[in-house]
Amino acid sequence: MIGLISYLVFFTTVATILSIAVLGLNLQWGNTGLFNGGVAAFFGAGAYGTLILGGTPQEGHIGGFALPYPVALAGGMAAAGLLAWLVGRLTLKLRHDYLAIATFGVAVTFENVMRNAEWLSGGARGLRGFDRPLQELFASPLAYNAVFLGFVVVLLVATYAFLQRLVASPFGRLLRAIREDEEAAQSLGKSPARVRLISFVTGSVIMGLAGGLYGTFYAFVSPQDVLPILTFQIWAMLIVGGAGNNRGAILGAFLIWGAWTASGWALSRYAPVEAQIYAGSIQYVLIGSVIVGMLLWRPQGLFPERLVVSQRGRHPVPAAAE
Amino acid sequence: MSDVLLQTRGLARSFGPMKAVDDVSIAVRRGTITGLIGPNGAGKSTLFNLLTGTLAADSGTVMLGGADVTGLSPDRLFGRGLGRTFQIPRPFARMSVLENVMLAPLRQTGERLWGPFLRPGAMRDDERRIRDRALEVLDFVTLAPLADHPAGKISGGQMKLLELARVLMGDPEIILLDEPAAGVNPTLAGTLIEKIEELNRQGKTFVIIEHDMDFIMRHCDPIIALAEGRVVFEGTAAEAQANPVLLEAYLGTMADA
Ligand SMILES: Nc1ncnc2c1ncn2[C@@H]1O[C@H](COP(=O)(O)OP(=O)(O)OP(=O)(O)O)[C@@H](O)[C@H]1O
Ligand SMILES: [Mg+2]
Repeated sequence: MIGLISYLVFFTTVATILSIAVLGLNLQWGNTGLFNGGVAAFFGAGAYGTLILGGTPQEGHIGGFALPYPVALAGGMAAAGLLAWLVGRLTLKLRHDYLAIATFGVAVTFENVMRNAEWLSGGARGLRGFDRPLQELFASPLAYNAVFLGFVVVLLVATYAFLQRLVASPFGRLLRAIREDEEAAQSLGKSPARVRLISFVTGSVIMGLAGGLYGTFYAFVSPQDVLPILTFQIWAMLIVGGAGNNRGAILGAFLIWGAWTASGWALSRYAPVEAQIYAGSIQYVLIGSVIVGMLLWRPQGLFPERLVVSQRGRHPVPAAAE
Repeated sequence: MSDVLLQTRGLARSFGPMKAVDDVSIAVRRGTITGLIGPNGAGKSTLFNLLTGTLAADSGTVMLGGADVTGLSPDRLFGRGLGRTFQIPRPFARMSVLENVMLAPLRQTGERLWGPFLRPGAMRDDERRIRDRALEVLDFVTLAPLADHPAGKISGGQMKLLELARVLMGDPEIILLDEPAAGVNPTLAGTLIEKIEELNRQGKTFVIIEHDMDFIMRHCDPIIALAEGRVVFEGTAAEAQANPVLLEAYLGTMADA
């Protein structure tokens, strides 16, 4: 029983953290039409940033600045934002498929740097030496994890509220206009390059928050946590949930993370031993199939984007308006 | 001359070997409704794209209000009071008609990332003001009943009206209209030109591309004619009517069409 509860807490915490990352991607793709193929890098910048700033001093690599946790987490978010700003300055003029390829390259580079720059990241062994905040106040790990779950849920709700408010504001109107027709928006005095950069950085800071929480939860991060598969998972979550819809993004995160976990468990339990070494690859194929299947069968996702409006006209909305 | 608002010198742009706009030097005087005519493919829309910064010119300069604005981006030019509509409407399809129009005003409080959070009061006031004005403008183009409809789902003629509403909402000093009445029903087109003349009396300058010669002759003065990228006529409506070359080369073919 305790085992089950503790597993549920564990599962929900990870799914909640990933939901935050999906919300960040939704701002970029769903609301602004920016194809970020390097989610893992911004997530990773948040995780590494938080652990380096908040961890205890270490032999062999920098970091362990032991800063107070909120400062470390904010620093991780800032690291993700800074990376996004640099990448954005260089690539946001390349649009659509080019941006996707460029950001994918950034993520691969990021992983390689983390794997090889031992002085910075601890290399392939990863970063250790992080004390989870306030852990000493709790008698049992389960109690701590339950409270930590509460903490990440609060941050998910805050992120959701922030984005809902943003999307319904004139700023959201601006994002949608750029997504719909950038040239027309520009002819009305809007600067697409500026708006895209703000959206890209903001979405990446949110991914950095998710990464920071992820690193905090495991008190550890390694290059294995920032592989391209993470980018695909986050994308699958958004596509299944419904791009443009924040509630859909959260639902998609829980569904896909559930399916991922369940398929991993089923494969390890039922697949023949010879096939076990391929279990990871089978999961890759599964997630690819989910993305493709969803795009074919229901491209708008389970929760399609509604006509989000910042303001309404004088008349009651006719039924046809949705 | 100070009453020239928009001016080009030697403006040119080619697509491959074809000179779409070829050494065009024109002047648009403040307070006029200038007509721009010419057969299909003459380079009228391309000229608009060069004037508004949508396309880069190969050579030549554009002056707006006495300042050299060659090479400025469309958003900058809009900020300096130059607005335009597109020949083929470009609505923000998955946004409501009202939102399409509310987008246009410059420097909205809520357009900044932190506006909705740090200055909610100012944003609300701004929004109320912008919404009221947007509904007025929509009334003006008879689209107010469709305010909450997705802009991608209205008719082509209605989209043309929406284009006009959006640019009016931004309140530019000079507005370039690319075939504003095409696809709009005749009654409404009549109202439209009345409104344009009303705005013109209030001081706005217009440049209008139009194929309907009747419309051009009645409402535009002066008239500029392009053919194969070059200016072939520049003068008053009366002069245009008396110009045998123009009548032959352009008006004649239009009358036959
Ligand atoms: N982006 C482009 N690439 C290549 N050719 C173009 C482009 N835009 C316009 N052209 C060509 O340039 C010429 C001028 O086109 P433009 O659209 O300016 O004509 P127009 O006078 O507006 O015609 P219409 O009355 O049919 O709208 C045409 O031959 C057109 O095919
Ligand atoms: Mg044209």
